[in-house]
Amino acid sequence: MVPLGVAARWRRPAAAPGEGSRRAWGGEERPAMLRASLREVSAALKERRVTATELCQSCLSLIKSTKFLNAYITIAEETALKQAEESEKRYRRGQPLGVLDGIPIAVKDNFNTAGIETTCASNMLKGYISPYNATVVQKLLDQGAVLLGKTNLDEFAMGSGSTDGVFGPVRNPWSYSRQYKEKSVPKSCSEDEESNWVITGGSSGGSAAAVSSFTCFAALGSDTGGSTRNPAAHCGVVGLKPTYGLISRHGLIPLVNSMDVPGILTRCVDDAAVVLGSLAGHDPKDSTTIQDNFKPFELPNLTDVSKLSIGIPKEYRAPGLSSEILAFWSKAADLFKNAGAKVIEVSLPHTHYSIVCYHVLCTAEVASNMARFDGLEYGHRSDMNKSTESMYAATRREGFNDVVRGRILSGNYFLLKQNYENYFIKAQKVRRLIANDFVKVFGSGVDILLTPTTLTDAVPYMEFIKEDNRTRSAQDDILTQAANMAGLPAINVPTGLSERGLPIGLQFIGRSFQEKQLLTVAKWFEKQVKFPVMELEVKRHDHGAFQHQKSASFS
Amino acid sequence: MAAAAAARGCGGVWRRVWQRGAGGPGPVPCGPRAVACNARGGAVPAGKSGLAPWVPVVGLEIHAQISSNSKLFSGSQVQFAAPPNSLVSFFDASLPGTLPVLNRRCVEAAVMTGLALNCSINKKSLFDRKHYFYADLPAGYQITQQRVPIAVNGSLSYSLCIDNKMSQMVTKTVRIKQIQLEQDSGKSLHDDTRSQTLVDLNRAGVGLMEVVMEPDMCCGEEAAAAVRELQLILQMLGSSQAVMADYEIQRQIEELEKGGTILNETRAFDSKLGCTVPMRDKEGKQDYRFMPEPNLPPLILYDTKSLPANLNHQQVVNIDWIHERLPDLPSVKRAKLVERYGILPEHSFTLLNEDGLTEFFENVVKETQMKPKKVIGWILNDLLSYLKQHSLTVKESPVSSFLLADLLNLLEKKEISSTAAKQVLVELWKGEGKTPLEIVKEKKLELIQDQNELEQICQAVIDGQENEVMAIKAGNRKVLNKLIGLVQRETQGRSNPVLVKQLLEKKLSE
Repeated sequence: MVPLGVAARWRRPAAAPGEGSRRAWGGEERPAMLRASLREVSAALKERRVTATELCQSCLSLIKSTKFLNAYITIAEETALKQAEESEKRYRRGQPLGVLDGIPIAVKDNFNTAGIETTCASNMLKGYISPYNATVVQKLLDQGAVLLGKTNLDEFAMGSGSTDGVFGPVRNPWSYSRQYKEKSVPKSCSEDEESNWVITGGSSGGSAAAVSSFTCFAALGSDTGGSTRNPAAHCGVVGLKPTYGLISRHGLIPLVNSMDVPGILTRCVDDAAVVLGSLAGHDPKDSTTIQDNFKPFELPNLTDVSKLSIGIPKEYRAPGLSSEILAFWSKAADLFKNAGAKVIEVSLPHTHYSIVCYHVLCTAEVASNMARFDGLEYGHRSDMNKSTESMYAATRREGFNDVVRGRILSGNYFLLKQNYENYFIKAQKVRRLIANDFVKVFGSGVDILLTPTTLTDAVPYMEFIKEDNRTRSAQDDILTQAANMAGLPAINVPTGLSERGLPIGLQFIGRSFQEKQLLTVAKWFEKQVKFPVMELEVKRHDHGAFQHQKSASFS
Repeated sequence: MAAAAAARGCGGVWRRVWQRGAGGPGPVPCGPRAVACNARGGAVPAGKSGLAPWVPVVGLEIHAQISSNSKLFSGSQVQFAAPPNSLVSFFDASLPGTLPVLNRRCVEAAVMTGLALNCSINKKSLFDRKHYFYADLPAGYQITQQRVPIAVNGSLSYSLCIDNKMSQMVTKTVRIKQIQLEQDSGKSLHDDTRSQTLVDLNRAGVGLMEVVMEPDMCCGEEAAAAVRELQLILQMLGSSQAVMADYEIQRQIEELEKGGTILNETRAFDSKLGCTVPMRDKEGKQDYRFMPEPNLPPLILYDTKSLPANLNHQQVVNIDWIHERLPDLPSVKRAKLVERYGILPEHSFTLLNEDGLTEFFENVVKETQMKPKKVIGWILNDLLSYLKQHSLTVKESPVSSFLLADLLNLLEKKEISSTAAKQVLVELWKGEGKTPLEIVKEKKLELIQDQNELEQICQAVIDGQENEVMAIKAGNRKVLNKLIGLVQRETQGRSNPVLVKQLLEKKLSE
């Protein structure tokens, strides 16, 4: 039955994103505008209450003043301003390209962007400028979006903290929120203050931090085992992993081809639907995308949930699940039940094997995908020139961090002739069982599954790095990666704040290609829980002091 | 289809297994049936050859480059002798984030080949990655079909002659294990003086069909005949140019006849050296760490029955549709030639073996009154031997089918003798643009049409050969031929031997 635990209270305060800022847009109030939803700011652009250039400049200066978050690897100031200018012209002509025209966005640095460095946070690709745009990037640009920059991640998206990239860890903006500061017990000394900051989760931590700190309205992440939903949960934003095959992977530097999906990070569910609508559909350059036409949709405001059947998978009550998350989960189930929905406990019996199975499949594909980085055609090349083989070896040793090299090593081990049957084939069979678990549950009449996204709220960086990447990934992906195994759409919806004042999110998993239903339910839930707006206290580096966000410079 | 001839149309891997024959010491292993024979096709008596308990078994893996405009998984053009690295897409260079997109034309070529080789076509086939590090393999893996290839369980019938006698042809069959689609690699050039390796990726990603034969052959000659037949089939289908096999077959035969061992290696054709060279050592212990290619969904093929109505026909490959449009295969074409023209079966082999020769022959037949049975003699004995002597292809022949037909017509209308015809042909080879008739006139080769003149010459010969005349009159008719010959010499071949014979007989009986 519905898990019980500590009673959670919905944080009452501020309205849902967008709702609180329905005021006239004046120059002075531009900061508030950055907190608006994508749809709202789009309306403002259309009504000429703000120009694309003003918006872009505001974002760029906020990116600069929040640089300590390390959310961005590359800031594409020049091209962004040029794009904004073009957008502005279109608005002036009264011919905007659509909802996304002039909207500042950010893209995880494992998507190819023509002319803008694409690094994967790795020495291997430092300085690499791709000659082409990923299909999703191209689609955003074609619809007039303004690309602010490339966001930080774990090297080649291998990690769950956004702590293991060559450009250093990403800091969770909530570390600098009033909510966290009030709850966490400060040890007065500023050095402790410094060590108190919490991780974003990962591997799309840069994108999650960028969206949650209001430096952009939407960001692309990637999701292989939870890399979009996990940081979304820790940063208090919406993180959508669409159905495998709905969005093109062409141009996304792969982690695990059979599980990778471009992810969408926004501040509300409606915005996620907008971005999804602009990205989804067949791509002739990605043979794994569906052939059927995709029709963008607007989400209805659900008033009646009585026909819904919400499944609560008992296996997700995993060891290590914090009691407060359990309580939020339980409360959420009650919420649906009280509104008339059918809430039933269901079983996904193979969930326990998921993480081990994932580890085998993931490392095997990683070993294969990373083989191309040999220093010949592009990327880092070692000075070692004794022989081609020694050059390969040195290039790969210098180019990849320990995490990547470790996964390549174990992946190659699993693919060896004598191990293939025992590991890879078995893992594939287990993957099928896991996928079938979902098929059965959905076949039994369940519409949506409701689960936690993470085991706990975000932990401080100093705490996080006490465990190695492998252990962390195994723990952190546990609730999210089964959806990748099965290719199902899943979304993190910010739900409430933990005792420490940090965001907690819950995950909804839907049927294949039933994004509309999934997002509709997520939107209804979002409206019920009224997740609080982060009250950011921006630290100004030059002063070494903290300022309340209201007085922070946004201009 | 590519117009340029690809120098590397067809590469081969020889799998020669030495297998214990029955009666030899030790256990008889299970596995492919071993047929013992020597290089001449006869059985090796166990114990007599130095290889006593062992019999050779030859299997082949043939890589044939698919004739297509673009590569197997990218839109780059396929073209021979383009400037280095000028035909390289982002995918071919394995830029991160790029994905393979299957070329429909390559699938059709493989299906066509599979059907021609009596294979069952797998309606669902899969792609795999085969990993190894090599400078001209940018992705670090090759996409191939290791687990479920596009076509399996076929057969190839081929004929070869015993003891080099065209009249003693036997037909044999080799089983085709599978046909798989795969990518070609690029090309590495090693500059030893500067210790550099230069890589050209123009060829990287070009579509190949790997035809895997079971080890059903027992000697180089059988293998050579089988490959030759396969080559003809591929060319006839247009699925591959398959132009380089000749040299490789020759090399392998020589190697086998020398008793040398053929390593398990892949050889590439070097157009400059005019020979095949080892590509890379496949003997070394190599674990290719095969895994499914995750970026390509299973390749699904349809037949007319299973074709879904709602699918765009441009998007699917219909096996039945391809089957209906298969051109005649060499075996069918040969049978038709034998039937239509009344030529010998071995002649039909020769006609098909030379590119363009069948067409040449048929064009000549069309333009002359001479019977095809006689025409084939001129084609094989005169035309072909001249071309071989001068290393020319049929297309390069200085004498066109029209000129040859003209010449044969003069012969057929008894305007010239066959001796004269050969003289005209000698002139025609010079390619000076003269017609046979012009040459005949110029050289005064036409038959003597004046009966009186001929009678006088005959009389002169009779008068000068008393002994021969006596012999003939005594009943030795064979001597008459000598007199005919003398008349021919007298007339410089310008007399009709049949007429001369009649005249001589008439005079001798007087």
